[in-house]
Amino acid sequence: MKRRGFSLAIFAAIAALTLTGCGEEKKPEPVAAAAPPPPPAPMVVKIGHVGPLTGGIAHLGKDNENGARLAVEEANATGLKLGGKSVKLELITEDDQADPKVGTTVAQKLVDAKVAGVVGHLNSGVTIPASSIYNQAGIPMVSGSATNPQLTEQGFKNVFRVVGRDDQQGPAIASYLASEVKPKTVAVIDDATAYGEGLANEVEKTLKAAGVKVLPREKGTDKTADFKAILTKLKGKKPDAVFYGGMDATGGPLMKQGRELGIKAVFAFGDGACTDKMQELAGNSAEGLLCSQAGLPVQAANKKFLNAYKAKFNIDPILYAPFTYDAANLLIESMKKADSADPAKYLPELAKISYDGASGKIEFDDKGDRKDAEMTIFTMKGGKIEPIAIIKGGKTIKFEDFIKAAEAATPAEAPKAAAEPMKAEEPVKK
Amino acid sequence: MDIFLQQVINGLTLGSVYAIVALGYTMVYGIIQLINFAHGEVVMLGAMVAFSVIGALAGTTLPPLVIVLAGVLAAIPACMLVGYAMERVAYRPLRGAPRLAPLITAIGISIILQHVAMLVWSRSPLAFPQIIPLVRFYIGGAIITGVQIAIILTSFMMMGALTLLVYRTKLGIAMRATSQNPHVAGLMGIDIDRIISFTFIVGAALAAVAGVMVGTYYGIAHYSMGSLLGMKAFSAAVLGGIGNLAGAMLGGILLGVVEALGAGYIGDLTNNVFGSNYQDVFAFMVLIAVLVFRPSGLLGERVGDRA
Repeated sequence: MKRRGFSLAIFAAIAALTLTGCGEEKKPEPVAAAAPPPPPAPMVVKIGHVGPLTGGIAHLGKDNENGARLAVEEANATGLKLGGKSVKLELITEDDQADPKVGTTVAQKLVDAKVAGVVGHLNSGVTIPASSIYNQAGIPMVSGSATNPQLTEQGFKNVFRVVGRDDQQGPAIASYLASEVKPKTVAVIDDATAYGEGLANEVEKTLKAAGVKVLPREKGTDKTADFKAILTKLKGKKPDAVFYGGMDATGGPLMKQGRELGIKAVFAFGDGACTDKMQELAGNSAEGLLCSQAGLPVQAANKKFLNAYKAKFNIDPILYAPFTYDAANLLIESMKKADSADPAKYLPELAKISYDGASGKIEFDDKGDRKDAEMTIFTMKGGKIEPIAIIKGGKTIKFEDFIKAAEAATPAEAPKAAAEPMKAEEPVKK
Repeated sequence: MDIFLQQVINGLTLGSVYAIVALGYTMVYGIIQLINFAHGEVVMLGAMVAFSVIGALAGTTLPPLVIVLAGVLAAIPACMLVGYAMERVAYRPLRGAPRLAPLITAIGISIILQHVAMLVWSRSPLAFPQIIPLVRFYIGGAIITGVQIAIILTSFMMMGALTLLVYRTKLGIAMRATSQNPHVAGLMGIDIDRIISFTFIVGAALAAVAGVMVGTYYGIAHYSMGSLLGMKAFSAAVLGGIGNLAGAMLGGILLGVVEALGAGYIGDLTNNVFGSNYQDVFAFMVLIAVLVFRPSGLLGERVGDRA
């Protein structure tokens, strides 16, 4: 009995989706079809989430999934109505194993399952090939963590991201390095992934522009545990700073081994290695590292989100969860605005949305990138990642000043424009 | 010069780990001509068990050395058990089967062990508690840490002990006899099944120690760490001549040193056309070059003379 009701509901949802896809006139039909019997299960709208749930960064993938799940469950708890019918959202999660090949396979799987929208993927290298599959199917996709610029340079109208881009993040950490650490020589290492290499390229470009000497690129892989050979070679060239484009699972051992070899340089990382896990993986060696994250730090995500996440999953969010939470909420919010879960109908709403999310205010530019994304610089202090500066529009703002300004702005809500770091280019209508 | 010395030290450390893992491959191959692809997973399990024990004891007041030792002592029997069960369940029933069949079960066991580890110890990379204080010694400008010295010494001690076991004890004679001709050895009153089980158990014990070494050296353990390590160690065994104990030791150490030197100098030698990303390529190029001129490996002789 129960199962039949469920499959009926799915059938109804699929029918509704396909029918609404056909033309404007047919829209009332599914409404009429599903409305008469109110007690049966509500219409199901599927939202996909993809990230690596196995492999070296499965912990980050799970964190992403939790963020999306929280958004979906909150929406279900408050009750969602689209086109006059109550709607139940269903989160379908897939594992892409951080592998581009698997990524496209599961992307196709989600398309076949007729999801209304996708949150993900986590890795840039996986998101880019997957995005073209969603594009062909016309399904909106919002990534909470893919930072490689190429993602939104493909001209796809359905592709969005709520994090900054490497060509914003790279320059941010690099300019911070150049202005605060003032190195003469910098060694740049990457993990040979689209993310790591892309980030490292941007860092190298900015450093060179600032007149810093950059050593020939060294490379590991996203599974490398032994960096001693590379680090020993670098030690001979005496760099003042080392930048690594890669994730924490490899960045932690890298830094530990660097200190063991007696390298005194400042170690800097991108967002993938900007986690508290670095302290566990590298021990005391991690002290003093610098790293950047696109957007605002997890701690700076709004309290409501942090508390809800902790209450639901009994752990603190690690890294991108506020972003995937926002990504899922953006999909839901634009469905509400369009009063439809039909991708063709709510996509325009998504493109012009203005939304106050857990990671701050979100608006998209023409490419689908987040407008005016902040970058945060962190340091490892007493075993915890602590924000020290916010970089916005090329300007470095000390973190305390930023928080003070934000706090000064929030209670009143209205005179937000008065706060110094917030630029005056906010839209008039709110 | 100090950089060169440092690379050699790095390579030696890595190589001695390869060597003791390679011994496990080569012993099993020597006895039943099976490439036990699940051997890398045994190394991983060793690291995982040690991680749990060390993690549980890290808060106590016991000295770090005792805690690590407790980790090793817990990992060894656990891995021995896995090694024994593996042979009993997956390989023994297939002993008379065509050679591809046990190879496939070996791959299957490897996948199963990985996923069991994933379920038990989670998918996140596990950070070994950093309890061992960092001790540095300087040799002509190069740094060698206490952990590195311990790894190299332990490896050599274990290789020595294994050599004694194989060439100086009755059990060793039985192993060598079984490896030369199991049927005749059986006729001479040797319990073949027991000897084969024993070989797996010894290999697993070596793997357990290797797992703890890798875990404490890099400070990280992960359920998929065994596959690449196993692959490298297997290559080392082939490089030295699979089936040959001294060959596995030599091959392991050579592969480690070649890898370190390759990563360190390939960039400078080729004017940065090839970077350190060719580190693994470099190691395998050496392997191919050796196999072209000596198909049976550096010290191997027996390959091919058996039908």
